[in-house]
Amino acid sequence: MPQLTYLEAIRQGIWEEMERDPTVFCIGEDIGIYGGAFKVTDGFIDRFGPERVIDTPIAESAIVGAAFGASLTGMRPVAEFQFMDFLPCAFNQIVNMVAKAHYRWGAPAPLVIRGPSGGNVHGGPFHSQNPEMWFVHAPGLKVVCPASAYDAKGLIKASIRDNNPVIFFEHKYLYRRIKEEVPAEDYVVPLGKARLAREGRDLSVITYAAMVYVALEAAEILAKEGIQLEIIDLRTLSPLDREAIAQTVRKTNKVILLHEDVRTGGIAGEIAAIINEEAFDDLDGPIVRITAQDSPVPFSPPQEEYFLPKVSDVVREARRLHAY
Amino acid sequence: MPKKHQLSKDRLVWMFTQMVRIREFEEAVKRAFIEHPGVIRGHAHLGDGAEASIVGSLSTRNKTDLAMPSYRCHGYPIVLGTPLRKMMAEVFGRKDGLCKGFGGSMHLADPAHHFPGTSGIIGQSIAHATGAALTAQVKKTGQVVYCFFGDGASKQGAFFESVNMAAVWKLPIVYVLENNQYQAYTHFSLEDANAVAGDPLSKKAAAFSIPGVTVDGTDPVAVHKAVSKAADRARAGKGPSLVETKFYRLSAHGNVITVPPLPTQFPEHEAVAVYGNKKEFAQWKAKDPVVKFRSRLIKTRALTEANAKRIEDAARAEVKDAVEFALASPLPAPEEAVNYVYA
Repeated sequence: MPQLTYLEAIRQGIWEEMERDPTVFCIGEDIGIYGGAFKVTDGFIDRFGPERVIDTPIAESAIVGAAFGASLTGMRPVAEFQFMDFLPCAFNQIVNMVAKAHYRWGAPAPLVIRGPSGGNVHGGPFHSQNPEMWFVHAPGLKVVCPASAYDAKGLIKASIRDNNPVIFFEHKYLYRRIKEEVPAEDYVVPLGKARLAREGRDLSVITYAAMVYVALEAAEILAKEGIQLEIIDLRTLSPLDREAIAQTVRKTNKVILLHEDVRTGGIAGEIAAIINEEAFDDLDGPIVRITAQDSPVPFSPPQEEYFLPKVSDVVREARRLHAY
Repeated sequence: MPKKHQLSKDRLVWMFTQMVRIREFEEAVKRAFIEHPGVIRGHAHLGDGAEASIVGSLSTRNKTDLAMPSYRCHGYPIVLGTPLRKMMAEVFGRKDGLCKGFGGSMHLADPAHHFPGTSGIIGQSIAHATGAALTAQVKKTGQVVYCFFGDGASKQGAFFESVNMAAVWKLPIVYVLENNQYQAYTHFSLEDANAVAGDPLSKKAAAFSIPGVTVDGTDPVAVHKAVSKAADRARAGKGPSLVETKFYRLSAHGNVITVPPLPTQFPEHEAVAVYGNKKEFAQWKAKDPVVKFRSRLIKTRALTEANAKRIEDAARAEVKDAVEFALASPLPAPEEAVNYVYA
């Protein structure tokens, strides 16, 4: 099986969908001739031509609005944002127009809005955010946050084929860091299904995106102490896999919720409520949250490190919860 | 009696000095990617090539007038009097920087020097500058706001919404559309409706029934003249104007954000790296505004070769000192990261 980076997996997924379905096209800033700010669509314009790999002005609201209009009339647009921090430039289009289209008149809006999010690259407050929850809070949208290269390809393909609007968050820290075997053939990873990233008996870490690797690293350290972490990679934040969440809590009875997004209003609070509803009697300890702090993402490297959840945080909290 | 807007010899030399200071600062920032790898994180966007536009515009201001540019913001505070030490320290993300190392290259601010703030997201600051002009009007401060933004930003909704409001309310603001010919990585001829039709970008002004003019943005005197007229109009309560200064960005859009530990890098200009158009780059490099203005001042005897060299040496020394200061300044304390979320 070929080894692909997380970025190459996304690229291959979009490429294959464009080969498969002539209604799929890419639209965004600098995606054609330049090949995209992070080079996800590098070479696409040579294969598919400028009518399917469309360079736009810097006009996010119109990019999303036009993609939406195209989706209503038989196309499947994949709109790139150079940084997902710029999604708010198109917020009204996304949360009012796109998200509520099907609810308003029953029309499917099969469009994907994709781009890089996440920190640990010292990008500062406008190039490092994890803005997924703004969209999880808008019914009608699906929100996808892959962690592995395998999932990145399978989920982007599923997102393009989905008849609902999907906001697809690519973690930029993983783009070239994660490299693994990815099948060359066609496959999809269904939206709304979590993945067991590591099996363990003692306590569960429920997480997604780059934090999956933080949890995996902590699990290695804890395993040497005889503490076996189970790690659930959510893959999709909306819809959320309630059953997978309940199931792991029923198994280990102790749970840590880990995310790179800020603490207040992060998905951890929502998952805690789901555990309360689905598996309250199975808990043998308090639900623990490990998150970024309630602040913009700091620009200064040591401050960003301070702000983000770390392996040592997971190790410390896991020991504490294990002993509870 | 000198004619209105006639520039004295001293003033011309002052303009040249500011242009040289900007250029030296930007070149030092660019060199830092090689000389001090990893020191600049995030995005740094340089204004080399924009010196005539920046200095020509700001040479028309009264001393309390405000300048509000986009994220490509180093040049303006240099002219306004912000100490280069504090600027470089901020670009390096250090504690002694303008924003204590919290903002970085794209988010310089220095209200004490009439530089109220910038925005790292394209086009947004056009609206902020419009609001600052509203304050000036409401409080009758007599200030004019100089709003700088790029050709790419002029396609943002914020541009159209803001200029319309300013025209309706006759706000004291000058919109300086700095057409450096590339919207990030894409040439403006591919993304601007006026350009596609063969028109200047200043034609956008017609949509708001305000004056719009395009001027050679490599010539600080030409910029000075055009912006003077616009500033006079703003000061007289007649409302905004749009001045397109057309020049050429001499460096790439910005450095590439890399995932640590890979140091950030500064790529080649898009004309060469993306479009393979070495000729275009060479043609515009030959119109380097700093070089052109220098030889013009020497030719017209406003400046001697010795004086020009003195000015350049002084700027180089000033920037060197700024780099040393910035390198010596500590990074902000990690635990202060969450200290300034609320006022």
